[in-house]
Amino acid sequence: MARAVTTQHKTIATAAAWIVALLIFFPILYTIITSFKSEQEAIQGFNLIPSGTFESYSEVQQQSGYFKFFFNSVLLSVGSTILALIVAIPAAWSMAFSPTKRTKDVLMWMLSTKMMPAVAVLFPIYLIFRDSGLLDSRIGLTVMLMLINLPIVVWMLYTYFREIPGEILEAARMDGASLWNEIIYVLTPMAIPGIASTMLLNIILAWNEAFWTIRLTTTNAAPLTAFISSFSSPQGLFWAKLSAASTLAIAPILIMGWFSQKQLVRGLTFGAVK
Amino acid sequence: MATQQTRSLARFMMAPSVILLFVWMIVPLLFTLWFSFQQYNPLNPIRNGFVGFSNYALFYSNPAFLSSILNTLIIVISVLVITVVGGILLAMLLDQPIWGQGVVRILVISPFFVMPPVAALVWKNMIMHPQYGVFADIARFFGAQPIDWFGQHPLTAIILIVAWQWLPFATLILLTSLQSLDGEQKEAAEMDGAGFLSRFWYLTLPHMSRAITVVILIQTIFLLSIYAEILVTTNGGPGYASTNLPFLVYQKALLEFKIGQASAGGVIAVILANIVAFFAMRAVGKNLDK
Repeated sequence: MARAVTTQHKTIATAAAWIVALLIFFPILYTIITSFKSEQEAIQGFNLIPSGTFESYSEVQQQSGYFKFFFNSVLLSVGSTILALIVAIPAAWSMAFSPTKRTKDVLMWMLSTKMMPAVAVLFPIYLIFRDSGLLDSRIGLTVMLMLINLPIVVWMLYTYFREIPGEILEAARMDGASLWNEIIYVLTPMAIPGIASTMLLNIILAWNEAFWTIRLTTTNAAPLTAFISSFSSPQGLFWAKLSAASTLAIAPILIMGWFSQKQLVRGLTFGAVK
Repeated sequence: MATQQTRSLARFMMAPSVILLFVWMIVPLLFTLWFSFQQYNPLNPIRNGFVGFSNYALFYSNPAFLSSILNTLIIVISVLVITVVGGILLAMLLDQPIWGQGVVRILVISPFFVMPPVAALVWKNMIMHPQYGVFADIARFFGAQPIDWFGQHPLTAIILIVAWQWLPFATLILLTSLQSLDGEQKEAAEMDGAGFLSRFWYLTLPHMSRAITVVILIQTIFLLSIYAEILVTTNGGPGYASTNLPFLVYQKALLEFKIGQASAGGVIAVILANIVAFFAMRAVGKNLDK
């Protein structure tokens, strides 16, 4: 017999859950609210109702050229993700469908590269970038972000590909499908959802990467992480502007994130929790 | 059956990933290792040369070194405790039948998508600012003296910010695991008269154990290298009060140009990460077998 859920129980749980959720969300909410205040209002104590001005948004763009940084963020995160997919799809495909004794070791080794602390290689990377003129270049940073996330991309794709039944491929092969046809007509349609999820999560990770993007850029290739960090130097109390810039920086990824909750769990736990 | 042809094709398809990752891992690491035995200062090239282990000795005798390792561990352990305990409680709350569960989930998971510099700056200015922050408003409302978070409790402030960022991650993963718990088992335990606590202890917690392990291991990897949050809030200060190992290495390398010492610190960071990685790999590896 199913457990009867009393209305009272549900009401208490609902109230508790909403209070906790709103508390957790509060800093984000307050940032959004503050972005619609004037600078004056922003420092006049706690106030949840803004006057609704858009002046901070237009000022952020005028003073700092916000959209240049936004454009760089899009370019870097999408570019590095596509690059990573191009390299990772064949690897994940071969590991999922023709595994060898060493497949597991290779996967584990790939994961281990992700565990290397970035600071350990900060200076060599800095030197290599400087000497090859890649410092503050979009190409250099795109490759960098691609390498950082490559292990996660391979892993995620591998866990998705592994769920595609191998018998289907064998059946196609029996029917005389060439390798090319096998990939185009059989594998691709079944693999697309997994690839899309991988892409989504990887864009989020690349968008929020805040070590290399800050250290290897100055102006040209600087994405939003570097732009926002520049607000940390004390330059007066420009909170409405800071809020507007922050809101713009997190909004696109927040919305993408909401759609990718399930994939997030799977991707970040390397398939260990589904 | 894998033929010779498909096997070599498989190797060919794996090659780009493997070669790229291998080069990306090995080349900079060898550089770092090499630099860690060198006196190297780009601003003063005359004195450059091999110095044996003296960089390690210097880094070790630097008072900031021990405190940075200690700070690193304090950050990792505190955030882990907060997020795992908080995550379990939150996951159990969200697992209840509630109205508007979808929206609640979205609200709870959101901080995870906020980029670290934004999270740190929002907390620094709008929440924890000793004069204009929300915490200060609340303190004044109760007639208390507002706390100067970053001046007096810099490490606590950073721990709070980082915990806020990672609590959603822990919650989401633990909730996912909790939802796969067999409802019939729960009912059976209830029928047998198991109370809430014993159900939690003997049924729920063991069921979540793998998810908890994964949460701890993955968070540890990221928490060992907290950087942006410190950069935009305290800049490691006051003094070295909130400097962790990554931040110290960054200071040595790019601010003081003491490359040898920074590299020695980097090598130590690698060793520290490897100890963690060893356990992480075993846990994730077990999963592959099933």
